[in-house]
Amino acid sequence: MITIIDYGSGNLKSIKNGFKKINADAIVSSSLKDINDAEALVLPGVGAFGTAMENLNKYKESINNHIDLNKPFLGICLGLQVLFTSSNETPDIPGLDIFKGEVLHFPDSLKLQRLKIPQMGWNQLEIRNKCPILDGMGNDFMYFVHSYYVNPDEKNIITATVNYGIDVPAVICRDNIFATQFHPEKSGEKGLQILKNFVKLIFK
Amino acid sequence: MLAKRIIPCLDCDLNIPNGRVVKGVEFKQIRYAGEPVELATKYYEDGADEIVFLDITASHERRETMAEVIKATTENVFVPICVGGGIRKPADYVNMLRAGADKCSTNTAAIQNPNLINEASKVVGSQACVIGIDAKRRYVENPKENSDKIIIETEKGYCWFDCSIYGGREFTGIDAISWAIECQKRGAGEILLTSMDRDGTKDGYDLELTRTMSENLDIPVIASGGVGNPDHIYDAFKIGKADAALAASIFHFNEYPVQVVKEHLKKRGILVRF
Repeated sequence: MITIIDYGSGNLKSIKNGFKKINADAIVSSSLKDINDAEALVLPGVGAFGTAMENLNKYKESINNHIDLNKPFLGICLGLQVLFTSSNETPDIPGLDIFKGEVLHFPDSLKLQRLKIPQMGWNQLEIRNKCPILDGMGNDFMYFVHSYYVNPDEKNIITATVNYGIDVPAVICRDNIFATQFHPEKSGEKGLQILKNFVKLIFK
Repeated sequence: MLAKRIIPCLDCDLNIPNGRVVKGVEFKQIRYAGEPVELATKYYEDGADEIVFLDITASHERRETMAEVIKATTENVFVPICVGGGIRKPADYVNMLRAGADKCSTNTAAIQNPNLINEASKVVGSQACVIGIDAKRRYVENPKENSDKIIIETEKGYCWFDCSIYGGREFTGIDAISWAIECQKRGAGEILLTSMDRDGTKDGYDLELTRTMSENLDIPVIASGGVGNPDHIYDAFKIGKADAALAASIFHFNEYPVQVVKEHLKKRGILVRF
């Protein structure tokens, strides 16, 4: 069973629908039992880093246990950003610190290139490293909505980027931890492919 | 870099079960195009980058019907969904997002209560707050006499753009460009810009309106109103500087399927998603 963690953030129904479409069993839940029992965890997220972290505190231990057991974990959008040490969106509130590094706001210099902040729309992946979650994927377009991006200390965890004035990490991957800055559940059939690849990992 | 987005728009009459998609030409000659869920699914499969549902009945009683349409649609449609019509308070945004929508568009409600934009963007985020602007050209003899408006020079003379509400039935005298700038300051994430002069004409988007809007804003602009063929969409991107193009009838009646439009744009050098 896949548990989508409901911590009061965003459109969770679409992620559930995405899994349903590919015939995978997923539930949206805020119960610690469902999170502890999950074979795979999905951490979604829309909104502000600080609020998300406050709501996530009570799940922190469960998330860490899940990751220590090497069970598949997928963070989406803000669910990717909170995996990092801290964010300059709310500098005094620490992140989950599963990955070392900072979450930064897009530089104002983007505006000089007539690029809009947030990045909102379809951008094309550039794959940097092999990663099971990107099986069968190429330079596909994915749907992004964000004003902040991650800057990992270890660059080798960046598996794919997109260009938006700067190189923006789009997929992060280490062991069984995967995270996407884009929304696979809003990225058409190629987005669903990523969910499929994730589901396959449960049975490995 | 971001692909230019192609957005089919479904004008929904929700007075019958499941609703129906209608297309009127200047509010006359209503034609029925099909059921909202069915059409949205078809457009998704055909490569639409986003889908807009507008509840033209926009009544309180029909809002639940719209939420049901969105719920059913998002079971099979995996691109962003925007809903407009009858969105009046932050709770309406939350309800639509819970049903599976990603964005809500407001027009009349935002003009009557601009604070709605501040409140809604705090609750659901700017990315979910689209402002619909229906603008009509107002020609003036002497641009200096209308210094409170943003006036541009067009082939037909000087004009500014008047915001209309209630689906084009009433004009406010509010300058559309200034209003959009204010919306952006208040937290709007995108402008859905319809030309009242062009809507239903198939003569092409109002490129001067679209370009002026886009050049005055940092948030994305969706061009709407007047598209008759794929070259009009090309012009909206190339000349109008739009980030996305919305169309209805060219898709509904299969004149130009989404895929055909995208292939045409690609051939002309526009970055689109396949």
